[in-house]
Amino acid sequence: MIIAKRKPIKDILKMIDKDKKILLVGCGTCVTVCSAGGEKEVGILSKLIKIAFRKEGKSIKIIERTIKRQCEKEFVEKIRKEIISCDFVLSMGCGIGVQTIAGMFEDISVYPALDTSFDGMPEEQGVWVELCSCCGNCILDKTGGICPITRCAKSLLNGPCGGSQEGICEVGKDSPCAWQLIYDRLKKQGKLDNLIEIEPIRDWSASKSGGVRKIVREDLKL
Amino acid sequence: MKAETNLEKLFNQGEFVVTAELGPPQSVSIKLIEDKANFIRGYADAVNITDNQTAVVRMSSLAASIIAKENGLEPILQMTCRDRNRIAMQSDIIGSAALGIANVLCLSGDHQTLGNHPGTKNVFDIDSIQLVSMLKNMRDKAIFQNNEPIKYPPKLFIGAAANPFADPFEYRVIRLAKKIKAGADFIQTQSIFDLERFSRWMEDVRRMGLHQQVFIMAGVTPLKSYKAACFMTNVAGVTIPEEILERMKNANDQKAEGVKICLEIIEKIKKIKGVRGLHIMAVMWEDIVPLLVKESGLYPRPKIM
Repeated sequence: MIIAKRKPIKDILKMIDKDKKILLVGCGTCVTVCSAGGEKEVGILSKLIKIAFRKEGKSIKIIERTIKRQCEKEFVEKIRKEIISCDFVLSMGCGIGVQTIAGMFEDISVYPALDTSFDGMPEEQGVWVELCSCCGNCILDKTGGICPITRCAKSLLNGPCGGSQEGICEVGKDSPCAWQLIYDRLKKQGKLDNLIEIEPIRDWSASKSGGVRKIVREDLKL
Repeated sequence: MKAETNLEKLFNQGEFVVTAELGPPQSVSIKLIEDKANFIRGYADAVNITDNQTAVVRMSSLAASIIAKENGLEPILQMTCRDRNRIAMQSDIIGSAALGIANVLCLSGDHQTLGNHPGTKNVFDIDSIQLVSMLKNMRDKAIFQNNEPIKYPPKLFIGAAANPFADPFEYRVIRLAKKIKAGADFIQTQSIFDLERFSRWMEDVRRMGLHQQVFIMAGVTPLKSYKAACFMTNVAGVTIPEEILERMKNANDQKAEGVKICLEIIEKIKKIKGVRGLHIMAVMWEDIVPLLVKESGLYPRPKIM
C-alpha cells in the first residue's frame, strides 16, 4: 500500500489563509491503514489547525469528510457539493488523491496535508518499510522475493557492494543490506546459483525513466 | 594486448606491479595535482585518479587524469555508477580513450548520503559489474550498450574493485568471479588491515583458480595518525582490527608507527600466492608513497621490455 506521513503542522498552516472555509478530506484506504490521513487523523488535524488559528485570534471554518478512496472519481463525486462550497480543499490523501480531486475541480485549489512517502507495508506497530519502486519490470523471481531495486540503496542488480557490513548497508545502521537478505534467503533455499549469473544491463523504460506511464486495457474499456 | 598501457605491459611481463592513488583537488588547482604527481612519479607504475570519492565533489577524474598524464603519470581513470548513466559513461570512456587514457577502474561508488551533497539524486542506471561488461563490449565487440557499432572503438584495460572485508564473506569470491566473467582485466582490493581475512579470501580465490584469470592487486593504506585510523573505520567498506588501532593509539610517533604497520602488511602480502601487485591508497599522504615503495624493496620500478 501507499505509505504517507503528515506534513509538519507549521508547513500546513503556511498553505492556509485566515477567514476561509476549508474542506479537509481524508481517505479511507492506504493512508487510513498507515495512520496518516484517515478519519481519525482528519479529526486531529482539524483540531490542530483550529487551535493554531485561535491562538492568533484568527478564524477558520473546517468541514471534515473522509471518503473511501480519493484516487477514484466516483468516491470524490460524492462530496462534490462540499468541495464546491469551500474556498479550498486540504487533502489528507496521498499525492494521487490530491491530483484526482484537483483534476475534477479546475477552479478549486487542492493542497496536500501529507507527504506521500513510498509503497510498502507495516513491518511492526508504528514502523513502515518501503518494498516496491513500481519499476514496471519485476525480478523478484530471481532475488528470493526481496527487491534489490527498492531495498538496495544503490539498486544494484549483481550482488552486494563493498559497503555491506554484518548485514547493514553503508547508508546507516537502520538499513539492512538487501543483498545480504537475498543471499541468506537463497542460501537457505539452496539457490545460490541464482547469484552466479550476471544480471544484464536493464531496460528502465518501463520505470519512471521511460516517461509518464499509463496502462490501457482495451478489453476493459467501455 | 588489449590497451598496451604500462599497467598491462608490466603485468604481462610478470612484474609485481605498483599503483598509487591520487585524489583530485576540490578546486581548479592544477598545482595540487602537480605536487602529488611529483611525489609519486617513478614510484608507481600507474596511478588511480579517484572519481568524487566518498561522494565529495572534486575535479572530475577525466580532467585530473589528463593533468596527471601531462605530469608524467599513467592514469587509471576511476568511474563510479553513482553519478552517471550509461550515456554519460560511454561518452566519457570514448573521450578519455581518445585522449590516451586507457586504464579504467569500474566502481559502484560510495552512496551520496555519505558525502557532502547528501540531498542529491543518484543514478545507478547500471552497476559496477554491468559497467565492466559494457566496457568490454565497447572494446572487444566494438559496440555501444545498445548494440550499435563503434567505428573506432576504445582500447581499454578494465579494472574492478574487490572488498574481501565486506559481507557476506562467502559471497565475496563469487562476486570476484562475476567481475572476471564480465571482463575485468585487473582487480584492486579495498585497503587491507585484516591479513587473516585477506589470506582466507585469497585461498578461496586460488581454489577457484581466479588468480590465473585476472591480475589481483592488494590494496594498502598507511595510517597517518590514530585519528586518521578512527576516521578510516567510518569509511564504507573499511575495517581495521582492534590490535592495529591500539598500536596507533599507543605509539609515540604515530606517523612512524603507521608506516611500520603498512610495511609489515606489504611484506606479508608479497608472500601471498596469487597477488600480482600492490595498490597504495595514501589518502591525503601521497608524499609517503616513495618511502613505502623503497622500504618494501619495490624500487626501482621495472622497465617495460
